[in-house]
Amino acid sequence: MPTATIAGHEVQTNDEGFLTEYDEWNEEIGTELAGNIGIEMTDRHWELIRWLREDFKEKNETATTRRVNSVGGFPTKEQFQLFPKKPARKMAYVAGLPKPHGCV
Amino acid sequence: MKRLLILGAGTAGTMAANKMRPLLPRDEWNITIVEQHDTHFYQPGYLFIPFGIYRPEEVTKPTKRFIPSGVDLVSATIDKVEPDANKVLLEDGTELPYDYLIIATGASPNPDETPGMADDMGGDVHEFYTYNGATKLAEKMRTWEGGRLVVHVTEMPIKCPVAPLEFTFLADAFFTEQGLRDKVDITYVTPLEGAFTKPVASKYLGDMLDKRKIALEPDFMIESVDSEAKKIVSFDEREVPYDLLVTIPLNMGADFIARSGLGDDLNYVPVDQYTLLSKAHDNIFAVGDASDIPASKAGSVAHFAMDLFPANFLRHIQGLKMTEPFDGHANCFIETGHGKGLLIDFNYETEPLPGKYPLPGVGPFSLLKETEINHWGKVMFRWMYWNILLPGKELPLPALMSMAGKDTEDL
Repeated sequence: MPTATIAGHEVQTNDEGFLTEYDEWNEEIGTELAGNIGIEMTDRHWELIRWLREDFKEKNETATTRRVNSVGGFPTKEQFQLFPKKPARKMAYVAGLPKPHGCV
Repeated sequence: MKRLLILGAGTAGTMAANKMRPLLPRDEWNITIVEQHDTHFYQPGYLFIPFGIYRPEEVTKPTKRFIPSGVDLVSATIDKVEPDANKVLLEDGTELPYDYLIIATGASPNPDETPGMADDMGGDVHEFYTYNGATKLAEKMRTWEGGRLVVHVTEMPIKCPVAPLEFTFLADAFFTEQGLRDKVDITYVTPLEGAFTKPVASKYLGDMLDKRKIALEPDFMIESVDSEAKKIVSFDEREVPYDLLVTIPLNMGADFIARSGLGDDLNYVPVDQYTLLSKAHDNIFAVGDASDIPASKAGSVAHFAMDLFPANFLRHIQGLKMTEPFDGHANCFIETGHGKGLLIDFNYETEPLPGKYPLPGVGPFSLLKETEINHWGKVMFRWMYWNILLPGKELPLPALMSMAGKDTEDL
């Protein structure tokens, strides 16, 4: 398993650079991950990312775009504005969570 | 008398009835199955109806023909399950108590979930995931004179995730054979990053789209269908114009699952992916497409899972640990047109790879490669479905996926 140093912290990642350990993430790391994909974090970004991490803790899987809309209350359109092109993947990446599955 | 209640007499529910009846003594166990349709539909056949390859009547038989003696068939619509009271309510007010419940009510397309999708359904917008939809599309295809054909997938998961690609390949072949191919632009629009969900197969299938001059529009999350302007619009404001839109609407589990508080956001029942036992209720299983397991929603998955299910069920009712974990095994023929087909074989852990199946090095089927034998496998399958699978007889294929015969160099 590769490791990387992000915002001064050593973390474990998968081949695509997604963090693999829930507890290794913090908001400094989130900010740097967002920077890697050209996203500057705003309050609204953080609200969504914090919700995503809370939801993961409960469900043990990353919420899909649909769930972020219906349960989290972040409209899909807004998800695309905050995390352009591939919101599901980008939100998970910034939040230090696995890519949502359901794609089989 | 104990009661096993099965909801739904589709592929998985019918197999469950046929496999469990001989295993549960008749003087101890009543088995009842509830189904609202008098007709059992061979759903893999829907793909062929739009092209006139199957006539509609070739994919239907009476439901009751496949329900074994000793199982009570109740023709009714389900209102809801009351899991804390261990009973099911039917729309006519009947209550059916159970000791164990098997939910097998599948998944269905829901065009109403996407704004505008239902507005022109049957006009210039079509679907082939229902019997009626496939039949209407056959009429349209017979007289369509060409233009922009857009084949579109709304959101994963869908039943038979290869079917939209198969439809696209068959459409290419169909219009070629009609001498119309140069008048038809075909675009395949998907919410996925590529042609298919898994990387190796996605590359093979993507190359096949290229070769056929079919455009691919990936990462497309649909916001709405504009049936006036004849275009589909994504959340990131891309637009794809069409003259004929063939869409796979959002697939969801049955409405009663939501009413019963048993489902996730798409009305699928959360279960343990190895045993199919509900995560919330110790006497409820969900089999086939109705569950949330991260496997393809496909008859082959239902079939392989049902090979392992009876032994697990028998242990579970005795309070023993279930010892036959399901691996998510799927095996799908992919029609590619002109009498050829592809085969893929995979599970939760292993993506589809090239090779031979079921005998390593021999086949007769080739994995991820177009052959005529693969096409005949698919054609033969309809007979096997009615005569072997639904009655719950054994096919000489292992339930769990095997790595033997698979090439791993593409990984």
